[in-house]
Amino acid sequence: MEIFGVPLQALMAQLLIGLINGSFYAILSLGLAIIFGMLNIINFAHGAQYMMGAFCAWIGLTYLGINYWWALLLSPLVVGLTGIIIERAMLQWLYKLDHLYGLLFTFGLALIIEGLFRYQFGISGERYPVPELLAGGMDLGFMFLPNYRAWVVVASLVVCLATWYFIERTKLGAYLRAGTENPKLLQAFGVNVPLVITLTYGFGVALAAFAGVLAAPIFNVNPVMGSNLIIVVFAVVVIGGMGSILGSIVTGLGLGLIEGLTKVYYPEASAVVVFVIMAIVLLTRPAGLFGKER
Amino acid sequence: MKRRLAGALAVAGLLAVNPAAMAQQKISDGVVKIGVLTDMSGTYSDLAGPGSLLAVEMAVKDFVEKEKPNFKIEIVSADHQNKGDISANKAREWFDRDKVDVIVDLVTTSTALAVMKVAKEKNKITLVSGAASTPITNEQCTDTNVHWTYDTYALAVGTGRAVVQQGGKSWFFLTADYAFGHSLERDTTAIVEKMGGKVLGSVRHPFPAQDFSSFLLKAQASGAQVIGLANAGNDTINSIKQAAEFGITPKQSLAGLLMFISDVHTLGLKATQGMYLTTGFYWDYNDETRAWSKRFFESRKRMPTMVQAGDYSAVYHYLKAVKAAGTDDTMTVMAKMKATPVNDFFAKNGRIRDDGRMVHDMYLVQVKKPEESRYPWDYYHIRQVIPGDQAFMPLSESKCPLVKK
Repeated sequence: MEIFGVPLQALMAQLLIGLINGSFYAILSLGLAIIFGMLNIINFAHGAQYMMGAFCAWIGLTYLGINYWWALLLSPLVVGLTGIIIERAMLQWLYKLDHLYGLLFTFGLALIIEGLFRYQFGISGERYPVPELLAGGMDLGFMFLPNYRAWVVVASLVVCLATWYFIERTKLGAYLRAGTENPKLLQAFGVNVPLVITLTYGFGVALAAFAGVLAAPIFNVNPVMGSNLIIVVFAVVVIGGMGSILGSIVTGLGLGLIEGLTKVYYPEASAVVVFVIMAIVLLTRPAGLFGKER
Repeated sequence: MKRRLAGALAVAGLLAVNPAAMAQQKISDGVVKIGVLTDMSGTYSDLAGPGSLLAVEMAVKDFVEKEKPNFKIEIVSADHQNKGDISANKAREWFDRDKVDVIVDLVTTSTALAVMKVAKEKNKITLVSGAASTPITNEQCTDTNVHWTYDTYALAVGTGRAVVQQGGKSWFFLTADYAFGHSLERDTTAIVEKMGGKVLGSVRHPFPAQDFSSFLLKAQASGAQVIGLANAGNDTINSIKQAAEFGITPKQSLAGLLMFISDVHTLGLKATQGMYLTTGFYWDYNDETRAWSKRFFESRKRMPTMVQAGDYSAVYHYLKAVKAAGTDDTMTVMAKMKATPVNDFFAKNGRIRDDGRMVHDMYLVQVKKPEESRYPWDYYHIRQVIPGDQAFMPLSESKCPLVKK
């Protein structure tokens, strides 16, 4: 059976691949959305922090013998901590200014971080093996699915949903949302708003690092891995609606699928399809699919 | 004023044509100055970059120790950031202000072509070891340039022909969607078809890309025996890594049309085993290459790529020509370089053609299986030595204006 000249089996395989890539987009754009929602900072260093997560896992394995599973826990903690330091030492002075300053600052920060890693590790990067437990794959009939890729989808979906639940359904999440709406009022209720903001940035950065650890066994761990991805992820955030938690998860997965389809029917356009959609969405719904007009 | 200018020009003209006057020039300002212009921080900094500078330093040190020249040699280096304008400016500054006599390495085609143009204008020598494109010795050739190490023609012919000969009859290309990828695909297609092989199709991927799984699934579905990778750098690395992940290799084999030993090192043998690739140099080829490479390794902690080994060879040959000619005058040295065969650890009986191509043997290699590798960096089986006259584009097909028939 063929659909528009493409065998059904091949199509299903591509959709699955799209879903896998979409889960990376989802988890990265989720971190960006949370940071933007709380701090009003367009965190251009997100790609570099994703790369740091991957390198952190590699360094742990190579020099300290820390395995993948521990890295999955420790990398986000370590990189999240650097995020907290960055927020306290630098970012907090920018909140009162226009968004542009935060964007330019974090963009510069990303270049510095990448430069340092490039200087230290060279450009070809390092390889990170797939953990033993997830080596190999299964034959689905229409494709060979590496176990590790299946795990990536599961892990990122779980983290995304847990984050969504935390922000939308718990008391702490309610503070967080209240803080975005009216920080002064929240402070009046005795909540330490600056601390909430700091922790939020740290958490957003930790999400990027988590995605980085997930990516390490798939891609070659190299200093530019984040900058290659970050532009697409920004497009995802814009399409989903800046700051919308659910929007970034749903659009992340959806755009992964659309990109997968483009790769089947017209591969040359696969790098731009996301931006075409972004342009259309911005023209018709400037706040994004799930965003609210401010 | 006009008359004085005319007089000066006449004297200059006389000097230029009079060989006796040239011989008297000796070494200009007593120093031979070598400029290493390369990518120190970007995409190609591992395969060229600081390692290229080291190779040139080694060449100068060895030359001074062995040949005891009566002139001084100095090295300067700079990062061209893979940008044509930056390299052209740097070259101009070096030639005009710093009295640099020769520029080497020039990884990335755009920088090579830009610097070759400046060098031609200033009548200085360029030794291109890093860049691969054939226009360097074709449409845009100059009489002050030598293209030393490899080119895309040699890569396509070497790997394409050899893989078909080894039984890889049906091909599918994974091609980076820009000029370099297209030309590599075109060149390889031509040779595959000429050898009786068949190209079943190709997929053009955006450059640069991260995830290749979709494209690889297409290649897998084509059922081709060989997947030709017409891309480079991290694109190649990620394609290979993911081909192994999806179980595509070793059922179908991959042919890396442009790969360096640094790429194989990054990927590891598990992911690259069985691949064919063409290279101008392999460190573990014989005693001579091993001896030199081990010295290189002591400083860099990495084995040299063909670009770096080529840099050494080119600079050493240049210095020998300067000594033999007794001058650093460009045309005299070029004539000497072209008249002398290149014989060192890098090339045996290499020769420089009129279009500037240094013709030498290339090697078709196959990457070892992990269990076949006995020591660090033991990566390749040499499957075939491709004689220089087969590896490079014949002069009869050249579009270089210098060899117009």
